[in-house]
Amino acid sequence: MKVDRRQFLECMAWAGTGLVWAVNGGVLSSRTLAEAAETPGTDFTFAQISDTHIGFKGQPNGDPVATMQESIARLNARPHAPAFVIHTGDITHAQKPGAFDIVAENMKTVRTERVFYAPGENDVFLDGGKEYLSRFPGSNGRGWQSFDYKGVHFVGLVNVLTYKAGGIGALGTEQLEWLERDVAALGASTPVVVFTHVPLWAVYPAWGWATADAAEALGYLRRFGSVTVLNGHIHQVLQKVEGNVTFHTAMSTAFPQPAPGEGPSPGPLKIPAEDAHGMLGVREVSYVQGQAPLAVVDARLG
Amino acid sequence: MKARIRSTSWITAVVTLAAVTLSAGRPAGAAPAAVTVEITDFAFQPGTVTVAPGTTVTWHNDDEESHTITSTEGVFKSEALEGPGRFSFTFTKAGTYHYFCALHPHMRADVIVR
Repeated sequence: MKVDRRQFLECMAWAGTGLVWAVNGGVLSSRTLAEAAETPGTDFTFAQISDTHIGFKGQPNGDPVATMQESIARLNARPHAPAFVIHTGDITHAQKPGAFDIVAENMKTVRTERVFYAPGENDVFLDGGKEYLSRFPGSNGRGWQSFDYKGVHFVGLVNVLTYKAGGIGALGTEQLEWLERDVAALGASTPVVVFTHVPLWAVYPAWGWATADAAEALGYLRRFGSVTVLNGHIHQVLQKVEGNVTFHTAMSTAFPQPAPGEGPSPGPLKIPAEDAHGMLGVREVSYVQGQAPLAVVDARLG
Repeated sequence: MKARIRSTSWITAVVTLAAVTLSAGRPAGAAPAAVTVEITDFAFQPGTVTVAPGTTVTWHNDDEESHTITSTEGVFKSEALEGPGRFSFTFTKAGTYHYFCALHPHMRADVIVR
């Protein structure tokens, strides 16, 4: 299905995320809705939670478990439960002992059927992904995965396992070949949702906010009428539209990071905890058959 | 304030390096040489240190974020250091050692041993 400009703008208005970036196609923060109304005609919703960083302790959040629980409460307060939840990585902070278990226990309290994960660099840097992959092997033991839900094809990619000095995220040849095969048989009208940790567009490569071989991956997806890319890593909402592909980075539930290139480093924003609280949150995504792109609503805490 | 602290640690490093150079010709039994590298605002400072063989380099993480000291060539590897964590490694062989932070790989630096 090809979405024309009029339909696209209607969808954007209905999603409540504003017309500005839809028209410009630039990089702008979305207008977020603390208490979004339910999208009319919704076939199903799913949720995205990201960068829980369990084990982090410091300014501006001394208790990321509490803010994760608050985020979960926010999801559980929605009128309809999400079909499933996608966690886009940095589950733990630097693989702190016990952190995976804390997250697993808390994710059980989400009113949903299932949770899918993509790893962040914090989840794999210490042991090359051994613990992560033993918990979340994906489709073939390598962490990446795909599944279909009510006509939508979901792809989870791993772009943090090949970090090298000076490097940025990367998918690698084997995963790219898998992706090419994975989507080859799908009709171009199938809506595709890709989720991963590091952005698949070059948000700010100097801070590692990019994926080296993202262009190859997006090349396999370009023929589809609706592609939605969801990621974490940079702890803030940014959006970009490129043809039929919309990119959405997500907030963290633990701590906010600076806007790309603003300040000396990508470290946690050193601001009062109460100010940081309003920069944390979760995301709900609604799918309406025949409508594209998907409606993305970011809900902030506080 | 921060700039002053940084330049002080620079001076410390330079003074220590001078001591290392002077001690190179000393007989065995001289105090082992030591050099400090600070990790501040997601950067190793100084970015390059030149030391004599036998020198112990100690990294201080002054950031609240965790960082690692990971050798590109696989010679040394710290765990994630939380501020104010420390990690030390003694360089016995001459050569150029590249390292980075495995969590933030845009952070790169070198130790030159000669």
